[in-house]
Amino acid sequence: MSILVTEKTRVICQGITGKSGLFHSQQCREYGTPMLGGVTPGKGGTEVDGFPVFNTVEEAVEKTGANTSLIFVPPPFCGEAIMEAADAGMELIIAITEGVPVFDMVRVMEYLKGKKSRLIGPNCPGVITPGIAKIGIMPGYIHTPGSVGLISKSGTLTYEAAWQLGNVGLGQTTAVGIGGDPIIGTTFIDLLELFENDPATESIMLIGEIGGTAEIEAAEYIKAHVTKPVAGFIAGKTAPPGKRMGHAGAIISGGSGTADEKIAALEAAGVVVAESPADMGAAVKRAIEAAA
Amino acid sequence: MKIHEYQAKQLFREVGIPVPEGIVAKTVDEAVAAFEKLDRPLVVVKSQIHAGGRGKGRFIEYPDQPGVVLARSAEEVRENAERMLGSTLVTIQTGPEGKQVNTLFIEQGLDIAKELYLGCVVDREVGGPVLILSTEGGMEIEVVAHESPEKILSEPFSIHTGLLGFQARKLAFKLGMEGKTVRSAEKFLCQLSRFFIDNDCSMTEINPLVITGDGDLVALDAKVTFDDNAMFRHKRFDELRDLSEEDPFEVDAGKAGLSYVKLEGNIGCLVNGAGLAMSTMDLIKYHGGEPANFLDVGGGANVDQVSEAFRIILADENVKAVLVNIFGGIMKCDTIVTALLEAYEKVGFTVPLVVRLEGTNVDVARKMLAESGRDIISATDLTDAAQKVVATLSS
Repeated sequence: MSILVTEKTRVICQGITGKSGLFHSQQCREYGTPMLGGVTPGKGGTEVDGFPVFNTVEEAVEKTGANTSLIFVPPPFCGEAIMEAADAGMELIIAITEGVPVFDMVRVMEYLKGKKSRLIGPNCPGVITPGIAKIGIMPGYIHTPGSVGLISKSGTLTYEAAWQLGNVGLGQTTAVGIGGDPIIGTTFIDLLELFENDPATESIMLIGEIGGTAEIEAAEYIKAHVTKPVAGFIAGKTAPPGKRMGHAGAIISGGSGTADEKIAALEAAGVVVAESPADMGAAVKRAIEAAA
Repeated sequence: MKIHEYQAKQLFREVGIPVPEGIVAKTVDEAVAAFEKLDRPLVVVKSQIHAGGRGKGRFIEYPDQPGVVLARSAEEVRENAERMLGSTLVTIQTGPEGKQVNTLFIEQGLDIAKELYLGCVVDREVGGPVLILSTEGGMEIEVVAHESPEKILSEPFSIHTGLLGFQARKLAFKLGMEGKTVRSAEKFLCQLSRFFIDNDCSMTEINPLVITGDGDLVALDAKVTFDDNAMFRHKRFDELRDLSEEDPFEVDAGKAGLSYVKLEGNIGCLVNGAGLAMSTMDLIKYHGGEPANFLDVGGGANVDQVSEAFRIILADENVKAVLVNIFGGIMKCDTIVTALLEAYEKVGFTVPLVVRLEGTNVDVARKMLAESGRDIISATDLTDAAQKVVATLSS
């Protein structure tokens, strides 16, 4: 078992004729993901590297039976692309695009209310269920099948964590990058719930960073609802206040959103927090041992 | 992107949000001329820098000179402008190095009955814009939120309609406003919420918002920050950007598609990905070192970007060693090493360089590094990398 991405997942890529869209569609296909085609308005009826291209997501769904969309369209059009995917009835929408305006995301979240679509991202590496399918830009080979549910705000830090987990003999049920923007589709709490209810997931690793309060709310949720062992890491302990650290959401403002307050909240919820980024794999191991 | 108070007020004026009458001055003579033109018994001379706390701030060159002063005569305006223009203002938000004041804003003095706080932000938890109003005008809102949160009212509003009239009236009555002031507040609050949405702001703050003796609302200060990601929709704001307010290396990095933030330490970092870059800083600190910067080269760095990244890192005189930490994903490690070696040659390294590589094609990449004949210290994992780079400083 796993979450979000399973044997039933069927994927198309919005923005498939772009450089990144095509490259990563090829990479996903190579991994074994059922990539059934893509959408680029105006290029319907053509083909790129064996992928059929459609004009609209609706048409792509009709012709391929896809239930998941991977989005690579440029930032000014990303918000609308997400809404088009939801309108076409996609169950899972994964937006990789970085740099989507905040107000576009406000509109998107409003549009998604009451619809069955789940959005991951934007500005995220995507989702992988090792051995089943990879939908995103992460290197497939560092993720091995296993029992850890991995949730992260950051891309390369997720790779680092997956790598370290592999080194201590732990694979993942599913690894999800939720993205580093202020407004995102799926939150830590949504995924904690899914992993808690997934029988194959035996432990959870949560990787957060400075800015906002999502990790603190996650800590409260863990305390109240999560029975499985949880390890965590918060990036940005040394980040100065008022400066945006790469991700649009990674900023300490008005003295709140610091790493220290998030670490304290997680520890108070019984989470084993890694002392340094080199300690993430070992922290999961400690969390499992402590629970045993 | 931040803009100056006078620019924000110009934008407010365009959409009918009440602001005091004011004139921009870049020279002492212009400041005096502005006073004459305003023709008021009292004016306010305000330093224009991208930082708050100007009124309480003082100049390095003139420790008794505040960043905002009242003046009643042309002579007073001249004396103050002479001290302020070209001098360095230190406020609670500038850091001890301060910021040079190149522009003054000369504004009419107001008959102030009451000072409020008004702001708009995008609330991550609400998932949309929120208007914030408080009786504690002139205070830092974070301090108020901490000490007396009951004095802060907040009201989420729709991105389609802006704040609605009844929402504004609800807030006005809660703050004890009466009569004409309620109508004035309703108009002001609704207009500001529209301004916030229409211009893709990430923050708008009026502190203080003044109620005059006549019961009107006027924006005494104005702070506006735009969402950088939405600037493609607002080309006309490009000219409002004041590059002298930004760190020149951060500007260069931005042009090269890099994300860079200067810090106070002496170990330069070059990393791919924002989360890993932050973590690398943390790791250096954990092992007793001090990071000199945050630098994310992004996912698809090429030779030009890596060279520019090295140039920016090494231009910081504090940097005594450099740590490169790459987790190659789709970006292959050997591609990074090719860029690294070319950049190494181009830039000319004079400080120790520690490189930690992991991920796709790492074996080929490590071999390339070892056979390059360059004086590069190779590290196997994160801890090894941090220990090695910190050790270069003590030897």
